[in-house]
Amino acid sequence: MSQYFHRKESIVVENLVQTIGGQEILRGFSLKVYEGETLVLLGRSGGGKSVFLRHLIGLMQPVSGSIVVGGRDIIALKEREMAPVRRSMGMLFQNGALFDSMSVADNVAFPLRERGETDEAVVKTKVEGALQMVDLDGQQKKMPVNLSGGMRKRVALARALVNEPRCMLYDEPTAGLDPIVADSIDLLIRRLQRKLGVTSIVVTHDMKSAFTIADHVALLHEGRCYFYGTCEQLRDSTDPVIRDFVQGRSHDEP
Amino acid sequence: MSLPHAVGSTIFSFARYLGDLALLAAETLRGIVKGQIRFRLVIQQIYEIGYRSQLVVLITGGFTGAVFATQTFFQFHRLEMDTAVGPVVSVSMFRELGPVLCGLMVAGRVGAAMSAELGTMKVTEQIDALRALAVHPVDYLVLPRFLAMLVSMPLLVAECIAVGIVAAYFVTTQILGVSEVYYLSNMLHFTGGRDVAMGLIKGVVFGVLIVFISCHQGLNAREGAVGVGRATTEAVVIGSLFILIVNFFLTMTLNIFFPAGK
Repeated sequence: MSQYFHRKESIVVENLVQTIGGQEILRGFSLKVYEGETLVLLGRSGGGKSVFLRHLIGLMQPVSGSIVVGGRDIIALKEREMAPVRRSMGMLFQNGALFDSMSVADNVAFPLRERGETDEAVVKTKVEGALQMVDLDGQQKKMPVNLSGGMRKRVALARALVNEPRCMLYDEPTAGLDPIVADSIDLLIRRLQRKLGVTSIVVTHDMKSAFTIADHVALLHEGRCYFYGTCEQLRDSTDPVIRDFVQGRSHDEP
Repeated sequence: MSLPHAVGSTIFSFARYLGDLALLAAETLRGIVKGQIRFRLVIQQIYEIGYRSQLVVLITGGFTGAVFATQTFFQFHRLEMDTAVGPVVSVSMFRELGPVLCGLMVAGRVGAAMSAELGTMKVTEQIDALRALAVHPVDYLVLPRFLAMLVSMPLLVAECIAVGIVAAYFVTTQILGVSEVYYLSNMLHFTGGRDVAMGLIKGVVFGVLIVFISCHQGLNAREGAVGVGRATTEAVVIGSLFILIVNFFLTMTLNIFFPAGK
């Protein structure tokens, strides 16, 4: 995948340190994401992957380190100054984080309306298009509480995609989905990258998904970037930590 | 922990809490200045805060007026000052009972709902989702509630006072047999614009306190359902205590501008 190396860096993270409840979650984590690529971030549960993702869109402030998004250091930005950066990004939360007081259609339409789209016909068409992408067209009137976990996640994905962000952050997009839907989400991520050049950062444990979508893979281990490379390099690695992770071995006694 | 240390840390955390509230208020005003007003949400909140609180407030006002008139009458009757019940009830409804009781009821009804709603949004990451979608949570959640409260609270207080006075009038003249004409003329003679102003100003201040205290509790809720429960309880308790405490200082201050009985 050397074709990506000459590309412009979209996100550059250096020496990120974060402490939560006295425990150091990130201990100088550094990572580069190139424009238009899909980077898969692997790591153990509770290892700080989601925490890292939240820093990229300014939902958390690190103890130290720097995050440059599109040439702009976002650490120093105030909440209101973050808005333009966030408008170019989309984030899929682990549990969807749908607004439970709104219907599916209103959830997906929310970013459109918030950015000043007043023509309801345009909103309706775009919402339909976004829901079609996640295979949920026709569910517009349902309330989030009446949806299954997987459906919620897909509605949340439609909401994140409806404004066509330049960069997408996915927090476990395929966890809790059946294998067929999971595969269609993988293909969707791929399609967005190919057709629209969307930069994607995907946090996952799902190795199959990782091998399907990744241009680059990073492994977050003990708060640092333990491995960075392509899928082939990951597969061929002889490092025991990486091998355990790829093959899903725990070393516990049966 | 030694006593001075305990006292010191309590004062410190109280000062920090006041600072937090002030910052939230400042952020809300910044949102207004930046034109982030969503009128649809303001109307929706006026419906929630103002329209739907009416029954509670009317019942509170009505029965307080009635019982206060009755007790006053029992005392004044012995002094043969029956017609003084009118002004006593109306002035105290305007200056104290109306705004304070209305404030307490709104703190219980609206304040609890606000902190529970925002708290649930916080613990289910909906607030983070707002932020990730480039929407400032204060602009979207606090600002409409603040503006709706500014509109609703004076009206609720006015309703509460009006119903209280009408109920007092009815009880005193129709049940306890005081002359209608003397009652009314005395009441109108001793009640003035100063009393109305005091009641409404107090109402607005209490409303603003309720909004910021409840929204602050909600926005800072953590640890799931337990956290939301705690935030809701605290919003009502802190809101009610603040209303009672601030009311005293407000009475002393406003009395300079709107002196009683002159």
